[in-house]
Amino acid sequence: MNKIVEKEFFSENVVKIVVEAPEIALSRKPGNFVIVRLDDKGERIPLTISAADTDKGTITLVVQRIGVSSYKLAAMNVGDYIHDVVGPLGHPTHIYKAGTVLACGGGVGVAPLLPIVKAFKEAGNRVVSVLAARNKDLIILEDEIRKYSDEVIIMTDDGSYGKKGVVTVGMEEVIAREKVDLAIAIGPAIMMKFCSLTTLKYQIPTVVSLNTIMVDGTGMCGACRVKVDGKTRFVCVDGPEFDAHKVDFNEMLQRMGCYKEQEKEAFERYKQTI
Amino acid sequence: MTDYKKEREEEWRVTLRKSMPAKDRTNIERVEMPMQDAVERRSNNKEVNLGLTEEMALQESRRCLDCANPQCVTGCPVGVNIPKFIKKIEGKDYLGAAATIKETSTLPAVCGRVCPQEKQCEAKCFYVEKLKKKAVAIGYLERFAADYERESGKMAVPEVEKPNGIKVAAIGSGPASLAWAADMARKGYDVTVYEALHEIGGVLKYGIPEFRLPKKIVDAEISNLEKMGVKFVTNTIIGRTISIETLRERGFKAFFIAAGAGLPRFMNIPGENSNGIFSSNEYLTRVNLMHAADPEYDTPVIKGKNVMVVGGGNTAMDSVRTAKRLGAERAMIVYRRSEAEMPARLEEVHHAKQEGVEFFTLNNPVEYLADEKGLVKQTRLQKMELGEPDASGRRSPVPVEGSEYTLDTDAVVVAVGVSPNPIITSAIEGLDVDPKRRTIIVNPENNQSNIPDIFAGGDIVRGGATVILAMGDGRKAAAGCDEWIKSQK
Repeated sequence: MNKIVEKEFFSENVVKIVVEAPEIALSRKPGNFVIVRLDDKGERIPLTISAADTDKGTITLVVQRIGVSSYKLAAMNVGDYIHDVVGPLGHPTHIYKAGTVLACGGGVGVAPLLPIVKAFKEAGNRVVSVLAARNKDLIILEDEIRKYSDEVIIMTDDGSYGKKGVVTVGMEEVIAREKVDLAIAIGPAIMMKFCSLTTLKYQIPTVVSLNTIMVDGTGMCGACRVKVDGKTRFVCVDGPEFDAHKVDFNEMLQRMGCYKEQEKEAFERYKQTI
Repeated sequence: MTDYKKEREEEWRVTLRKSMPAKDRTNIERVEMPMQDAVERRSNNKEVNLGLTEEMALQESRRCLDCANPQCVTGCPVGVNIPKFIKKIEGKDYLGAAATIKETSTLPAVCGRVCPQEKQCEAKCFYVEKLKKKAVAIGYLERFAADYERESGKMAVPEVEKPNGIKVAAIGSGPASLAWAADMARKGYDVTVYEALHEIGGVLKYGIPEFRLPKKIVDAEISNLEKMGVKFVTNTIIGRTISIETLRERGFKAFFIAAGAGLPRFMNIPGENSNGIFSSNEYLTRVNLMHAADPEYDTPVIKGKNVMVVGGGNTAMDSVRTAKRLGAERAMIVYRRSEAEMPARLEEVHHAKQEGVEFFTLNNPVEYLADEKGLVKQTRLQKMELGEPDASGRRSPVPVEGSEYTLDTDAVVVAVGVSPNPIITSAIEGLDVDPKRRTIIVNPENNQSNIPDIFAGGDIVRGGATVILAMGDGRKAAAGCDEWIKSQK
């Protein structure tokens, strides 16, 4: 049982939850994730770790409300207990001195991007971050990202903040003016697919962090499998980060829609109860 | 070593033996296990085998001839004193029978249900070897004794030696670890069992379905271990949450790694990543551990009308029978060899057939076809024939040219084996691991790895075996571990 000690809504549907998990706070590294089960009837869902505080023994999760579990989590309050939190899972990000790092975060993907941006900055890289979302309200953690970036470009679909356009517009702008040695993209699968296509044109090495469907998160079930370089890999134990140019994003998108109908029905049922 | 000959001459045994002529004993027919009706049980998840009544158990126990040189015990991986416990049943001392089994086995109620007795103890029975009759139903009797004890409310907590204050840890909480933990607790150690999932029991919880092994039985065994002082910690992955090094710093003196074979194999054929195609681990975990078929729980599962399960082992049988219970109109086993080569227990194959499972033996999938949403809708199958025996001694299947055909399948479960879980082995620097199989290499005498304070057993060493073999490893490793710790003083 893990106690929620802090909760803050970044926007209507995006919430930050700080939860007690002292062992995970000590052992987690940028790029790691946890599996969370909210109550004894809950499902196991993977959530990336946005930050950790080893003194307080807490980890920070940022969640977007999209289905039953994320709504339930967002409805929990400070003092409530999450039934199970297990991790840290997945390989941590390979942090090294690359030169100039282009860090792209889409929507709630900015949360797991934050510790990676911080680590690359601390490793002596020039970091240019592009944060993208549908509108101004959905841009999260801007100040924190700024703290560890040499420059931040904000993109919104509707132009309500920063520049108008999708994430790749911001990326193209940076690539056009300076040499980028490494790109990182974290966000919705479709966003990562287009980030990957963009950097492929310029042959810029690119890393994406995949957030596929998982059950155990320890390699046991294979629900998270996706083709990378023509071979089936498990996101939980082989990833979650992969060479973006080798990921079969179409297969990943297809697999992420596996339970779409059940999820929709379950959500309808859930709405009746609130 | 137990002196079976001497034990057999104890007065109570002699009296029992003389109470009925051997000829009368051998004339008794082997008992039939009472079962839930095959049609009825397809729509529930309750246990299929109902267990022997007291009358049945008594009658069956009389069949045992109390051999002078009992061979059954040589067929048991943990060396249960079989004649003694069966004669205790014959003498109506059912609690004594359970206590006898527990001298060597940690989980009798589990083993009585899931052990392949027909390949172990019962295969060595005098009735089979010499009389060419059906073996004494040792497994049914084991289950009877264990169930009797549990239901009597007088479940004995094994005696434990005075605590020695030495901390030891098991990694994983499946049958190997439970057996190891029980033995170490008995020897007075301070035992902690770490489990990655949110429930204790490993494959007994996520893998073996309720209809074959009710979870309350596993829980009763676990609570007995707790009474012996064993501590269980869930949601903790050793090698990730806490490292072995940190545990050493926290005072743990020895470790037993039994993290299981937690990496499912796929066949790498076209279309295998289509939606609706699961590993058996995923399918069974969703249904057993996560209760996906119960609308009260949040985890979903694709139920499917035409469910195909690929494989011929116990896991394949568990999956296909689960599919039937989830309402599949057709639940099908596709296996590339013939029925004779199936590794599954005969009883499971038999039960599956009773429940209406279709068997496509000498068939193999070669490709999956999906609909526009990516959901599997058909499987291309190829017919096979048996060729020369392969390394495993089984005749190897050879494809029949031009025999491909298409079968409608809207859910597929791939149950073609598992590999050891990579998390723990990759987290321990210098641990000797088989480069090809990824299993931990141990000394077969005591299950010690090349790192002296690390012992290992179960599927992470064997690469896929049975509950009883895992338990055997746990017991051997406990003996080895105790000896090693004592040698360090």
